[in-house]
Amino acid sequence: MSWFDKLQQTFIEGDRYMWLVEGLINTLIITLGALIIGVLIGTLIAITKYFCEGNKKLRILNWLCDLYTTVIRGIPITVLLLMFFYIVLVSADGVIVAIVAFGINSGAYMAELIRSGINAVDKGQMEAARSLGMSKGQAMAKIIFPQAIKNILPAIGNECIALLKETSVAGYVAIVDITRAATNIRNKTFDAVNPIILLALIYLVLVVGMTKLLAILERRLRKSDGK
Amino acid sequence: MENNVVIRTKNLQKSFDDLDVLKGIDIDICKGDVVCVIGASGSGKSTFLRCLNLLEQPTGGSIFFNGAELTNSKVDLDLHRQKMGMVFQQFNLFPHLTILKNLTLAPMMLKKVPKEEAEAKALALLARVGLADRAESYPNQLSGGQKQRVAIVRALCMEPEVMLFDEPTSALDPEMVGEVLDVMKELARDGMTMVVVTHEMGFAREVANRVIFLDDGLLAEDGTPEEIFGAPKTERLKTFLSKVL
Repeated sequence: MSWFDKLQQTFIEGDRYMWLVEGLINTLIITLGALIIGVLIGTLIAITKYFCEGNKKLRILNWLCDLYTTVIRGIPITVLLLMFFYIVLVSADGVIVAIVAFGINSGAYMAELIRSGINAVDKGQMEAARSLGMSKGQAMAKIIFPQAIKNILPAIGNECIALLKETSVAGYVAIVDITRAATNIRNKTFDAVNPIILLALIYLVLVVGMTKLLAILERRLRKSDGK
Repeated sequence: MENNVVIRTKNLQKSFDDLDVLKGIDIDICKGDVVCVIGASGSGKSTFLRCLNLLEQPTGGSIFFNGAELTNSKVDLDLHRQKMGMVFQQFNLFPHLTILKNLTLAPMMLKKVPKEEAEAKALALLARVGLADRAESYPNQLSGGQKQRVAIVRALCMEPEVMLFDEPTSALDPEMVGEVLDVMKELARDGMTMVVVTHEMGFAREVANRVIFLDDGLLAEDGTPEEIFGAPKTERLKTFLSKVL
């Protein structure tokens, strides 16, 4: 049997390529959803921690943020996913469970990233904003945060790529993402080689695409550096 | 309180951990005063200035601005800061915004000035400091002297009653010091109340109507430029002047 016949048998027969398409859609939905949740949580935590600094009344809030990052970063994502699937969100749709689990996981890493970005903005920026009469919140929104995001965009890109690849463990809880779809094809056709290679290629293309997108975004934001 | 006193400090103190930087400073700054603050490095002059708009929280004493006690935690500090412009040694322009946006952001956000009005005012002031053509540039495209002139304009756009200058020319290349001092001189001539921490003794002598000498966290001498530079009373001031003049 030629290689083409083999491909035909593995992917075309029974419209099995559609399994991959459906898996890909789930992978993208999970990644995007988790990314949005991750950025929101990360921003919230980073900014909360910024305002907690040196404020004794908010010490508990600060402690809660630390607890969150410590716990989430201390548990492997696979275990976290299992916990959400079997304990926390028992009756929810698998994709929703994955979005929440990956989002909450990503949020912990995003929080640290964004915090480092905020801390890297020169202290004089906050002072200048305050000296004009802006509140701490206004200064954060208009002056500090936009600069922080620009600083950490490459790191956020890395986190996006890591997130996309991490979703490949979603199959653990019976979600048919693209990795699980490839596994299903392998089980059905006993062709191990081609589904795995195709799977690897698809991830590679996705990551390269994301990298390109980020590069464009970065270039736009760098415009103001005037160099 | 007398009507023309703009800033009054009473027994102003500031410590960092166990380092006492300001050890009790009493001063009245009146409307139209151009006060130059001089002193050796570490004498507390920058800390003193930064306490005036509470960028540094004093650890003792009180500060009044137009009769309102800024050191009272109930006072709306942000509102008072709008009337106290500040210029920093390191410029601290907002690098992610164009020059025009640097100038119009605060008036539009805090004083609800309409965009056209804020821009017209910003452009007029930019023209006065000779930078009308740089409105759409970003801060990093400007030289140090240009940045500092923009920083002065940024503070002026809020129409402050007092301008605080924290060593405004110390980070500049020597050939750019003049252009910034010229803008400050013009400001002083227009009657702006100014407090200037500076190493430019020539500027202090020429423009200030009052010079104060801080020494070891205390107000050691306070007088006209003629008194301070011509007839220093304390040994410390004599030594200081002999080093810097």
